[in-house]
Amino acid sequence: MSDTLLAPGLADPAHDAQRLFRQVLDAMSHPGRIVTLDDAPSGPGALSPAATAFLLTLADRDTPVWLDTAFDLDAVRSFLRFHAGTPIVTTRGDAAFAVVSFDDPAPLDGFAIGTDTFPDRSATLVIEVPALQGGAPRTWRGPGIDGAARVAIAGPCEAFWRECAANHASFPCGVDIVFAAGNQLIAMPRSIAVEA
Amino acid sequence: MPDTHTQDPAYNYAYLDEQTKRMIRRAILKAVAVPGYQVPFGGREMPLPYGWGTGGIQVTAAIIGQADTLKVIDQGADDTTNAVSIRRFFARVAGVATTTATPEATIIQTRHRVPETPLMDGQILVFQVPIPEPLRMLEPRETETRTLHALQEYGVMQVSLYESIARHGRISKSYNYPVQVNGRYIMSPSPIPKFDNPKLDRSPALQLYGAGREKRIYAVPPYTPVKSLDFDDHPFEIESWSECCALCGSRESFLDEMIVDDQGKRLFVCSDTDYCEGRR
Repeated sequence: MSDTLLAPGLADPAHDAQRLFRQVLDAMSHPGRIVTLDDAPSGPGALSPAATAFLLTLADRDTPVWLDTAFDLDAVRSFLRFHAGTPIVTTRGDAAFAVVSFDDPAPLDGFAIGTDTFPDRSATLVIEVPALQGGAPRTWRGPGIDGAARVAIAGPCEAFWRECAANHASFPCGVDIVFAAGNQLIAMPRSIAVEA
Repeated sequence: MPDTHTQDPAYNYAYLDEQTKRMIRRAILKAVAVPGYQVPFGGREMPLPYGWGTGGIQVTAAIIGQADTLKVIDQGADDTTNAVSIRRFFARVAGVATTTATPEATIIQTRHRVPETPLMDGQILVFQVPIPEPLRMLEPRETETRTLHALQEYGVMQVSLYESIARHGRISKSYNYPVQVNGRYIMSPSPIPKFDNPKLDRSPALQLYGAGREKRIYAVPPYTPVKSLDFDDHPFEIESWSECCALCGSRESFLDEMIVDDQGKRLFVCSDTDYCEGRR
């Protein structure tokens, strides 16, 4: 596709967004479950279809978006501005949503984690990973999981998972994470404890 | 079989505008991420008065879609005023299939009951909540209750339960019985009878709670521990009846007492009409 043309958004905004939201809700209420978004539009630049679908479903003019270096491209910025009307911010702390690379040196640093009285005022991070399977398996426990789930997300290193543990330890504050690869995603809300 | 309906094209799908639905959807996701915490949201005016389920309706409107089958109950019954009007509302504005059978439904909006038929993975139970703050009757100030939740300072609730035992010899609260979600937040389960509290614990269904007047949404994800508050020497207990249902003979379900004539003759029947009809 030509660089000058904007990639298409959701074909049927009301119904597509509803279907996609229910799949995101399914993922968020069943952490560790791989959810495949069949209707996900192919996104601009390096943005995966799953991340694109997530943002088109939930972001709008009320939710500033922060983009990691790999995604901070004209094509992505203009796509999000046109289809979702989101402000693009350069300060992590201002963002309601963020698209983060799995190899960012400090992937969770600087984002809003809410306050003890308003833990909902926290960012939701979409972390782009190479694959949702095939990595080192880890055990996830917490609300939404019947006992324990084995999740083997490929890409993030040990230091990343230590940051996630610190994020969980600050509950009820903390960021919520959605791992995206292709047209699939796995959610990991802050309530989830991850063991090696 | 579910009843099918056609959407009235005069309304946006499911009544609310897309911007409002996104705002509610974001609140729902945060509610799921922090189980039991009440997320403030921009509640809208709905075409029915506060107290008739405006919170539950907004939650349902934000999640419902063409693939869904909706069941609405009021005090367990599918054929009471509140249930009928909300079911007709969504049949009209969302053209969604409706049912009275619990296993057929993907979304169940409820006022004051949890169905007797066990819920399944994939189902969503939407509660209509009048007063979302469990500490409100003990502490009227919102700033203060918010701080108590932040500090997990729930002594005042334990004291109120203790005072009930000192006065009545038992915890006399029979509905809206406070619960603790995943060992953290104390939550109002909405005015369901305490009989239903055990059904909230580790339920495979997702529970969403909407309070329209107070503009709060909260949630309990599937398989999440929900503990009814009690004391070691006064453990939590549910109601029991010496009678059985006069229509289906059930001894396991929640029974409503009915006066059937001018002489005060009494009858007990299941509050859950779908469950009761399925057994007759």
